[in-house]
Amino acid sequence: MSEAPRERLRVVVVDDEAPARSRMKDLLADCAPHLPLELVGEADSGRAALALLSELAADVVLLDIRMPEMDGIEVAQHLQKLEAPPAVVFTTAYDAYAIRAFEVHAIDYLLKPIRAARLRAALARVRAAARPKPETLRELQPAPRAFLSAQERGKIHLIPIAEVIYLKAELKYVTVRDTRREYLVEESLTRLEQEYGERFVRVHRNCLVARKAIRGFERAAGEGAEGNWLVLLEGCDEKIGVSRRQQHIVREFRK
Amino acid sequence: MAGSINQNAYSSALPNFRNLGILLRILLMVNLAAIAGAMIEAKGAHDFWPRLLDVSIVVQPLLMLSVLALVALNDVLRRLPYYLGALAVLGIELVLATLLHAYGKPLLPIEAGWIERYWFLTFLVTLLLLLYFDLRGRALSPAISEARLQALQARIRPHFLFNSINAVLSLIREDPKRAESALEDMADLFRVVMADNRELTPLAREVELCREYLGLEQLRLGERLKVEWHIDKMPVDARIPPLVLQPLIENAVYHGIEPRTAPGVISINIYLAREQVHAVLRNPYEHEGNHHAGNKMALANIRERLQLHFDAEASLITRVTDDAYQVHITMPYVRDKR
Repeated sequence: MSEAPRERLRVVVVDDEAPARSRMKDLLADCAPHLPLELVGEADSGRAALALLSELAADVVLLDIRMPEMDGIEVAQHLQKLEAPPAVVFTTAYDAYAIRAFEVHAIDYLLKPIRAARLRAALARVRAAARPKPETLRELQPAPRAFLSAQERGKIHLIPIAEVIYLKAELKYVTVRDTRREYLVEESLTRLEQEYGERFVRVHRNCLVARKAIRGFERAAGEGAEGNWLVLLEGCDEKIGVSRRQQHIVREFRK
Repeated sequence: MAGSINQNAYSSALPNFRNLGILLRILLMVNLAAIAGAMIEAKGAHDFWPRLLDVSIVVQPLLMLSVLALVALNDVLRRLPYYLGALAVLGIELVLATLLHAYGKPLLPIEAGWIERYWFLTFLVTLLLLLYFDLRGRALSPAISEARLQALQARIRPHFLFNSINAVLSLIREDPKRAESALEDMADLFRVVMADNRELTPLAREVELCREYLGLEQLRLGERLKVEWHIDKMPVDARIPPLVLQPLIENAVYHGIEPRTAPGVISINIYLAREQVHAVLRNPYEHEGNHHAGNKMALANIRERLQLHFDAEASLITRVTDDAYQVHITMPYVRDKR
């Protein structure tokens, strides 16, 4: 008796539209007699889904692509931060771009309206299926992610990119500073620079500063730093040195 | 030869002389002809302006009289078969030229000259203009069927279609009554989308269609979608090109409501002012979001169809404020016949 629940596939449904979730629940109920499964949770946004999946263990997430604030592909990327990330099956009504990419990378997806048989087949092979690589998901992301995610004590912490003041490369990590505190994220500074483009400006070999957070510049005092500029930041008392090679940005901002 | 039926569908017709665009074209071309005449006659650069003045003294009164006559007789002329109408226009012009030649002298400092020249030049310019409008009509005729095609293709987003079907499917088990009425609304919507959309349609019908469409969206989005209608000053008997408002509302939902987690309001304001029908649509708008090319395409499509139906008399203006996106359409007030 105690073994039985472990055999069941634990499913989470994520969709911003209530009727779509209710339809999915009906379909899962239809599949249940043929395939042992259990609906362990549902969420109406990417943010809620990440909070939910930090709390409970699931085998598979049925994840809608087009959702406000954070799309499904971004949710899937943040999910990879979990100790044991669930498998992901994307669902979409129509998304020509994503579907083409899914085909190319053999990522499982379901087209709404979904047939029970198709859902059953997707769930049946989910345990054996290979997980999409993080690079693949990154390629699929049409726009820069709305959040960065840090893993803290097994939970996923989301940092809205609009609140980030600077990004600083440490040995293996990047330190993300927002108005409240610092986080460590597993990213590469170069890739973040490519992803967010104009939002940040590189003031130093290992530091990107949000353009919106730049309040001004001042001359560094003290020996050895003679003539170098420091960036003054909005919402944070730290000052960040501008490297000799990046001095031209001070002039650009003065204009 | 089914194909040839379509190609022969165009029959020549006089332009609508009460249309601002047509009048502007007439004024522009006659004045260009006057300038050309002055250029030919002028003996040098210094001589051009006096020459143009001489030509204008004759041409402008004739032009004004012609325009007035054509605007006044527009309905009569356009009811005649095309060739009779065209002959009538030529006749009117020759009569006006003759009258001006005979009675213009006390009013205008005209060196009378020989009347045959008046007749010939008037005849020539009028004929060229008639030919031009006929060619233009022929050129626009396939464009109008093209516009119908575009209306069919660009209207309903597949995204909306499949999501709505999905929403209806979810209702079938728990609320069959609502599922029924939702399918009826969908049938209405697609009937209009797939219809021959070249003719104008009653404004009230388009508004009804928009309500059905919004009902379907409400099904999916629930509390997130709020709609405010301000249509108590709407001219109920006005006629507008079909599917002008619905795609705009679809855009408003797609770009204004769906990307938001918080509820948003779409407001629709339709009213009559100075013989023009105004439709103003507002939806919330977030600068941070990524913009889709789909919006521009839908707008270009509507703009093109407005132009085909009303020429320069209709306009579509978009405005982005801090947190809202607004589309303002102005169309001439075309009343329901009878």
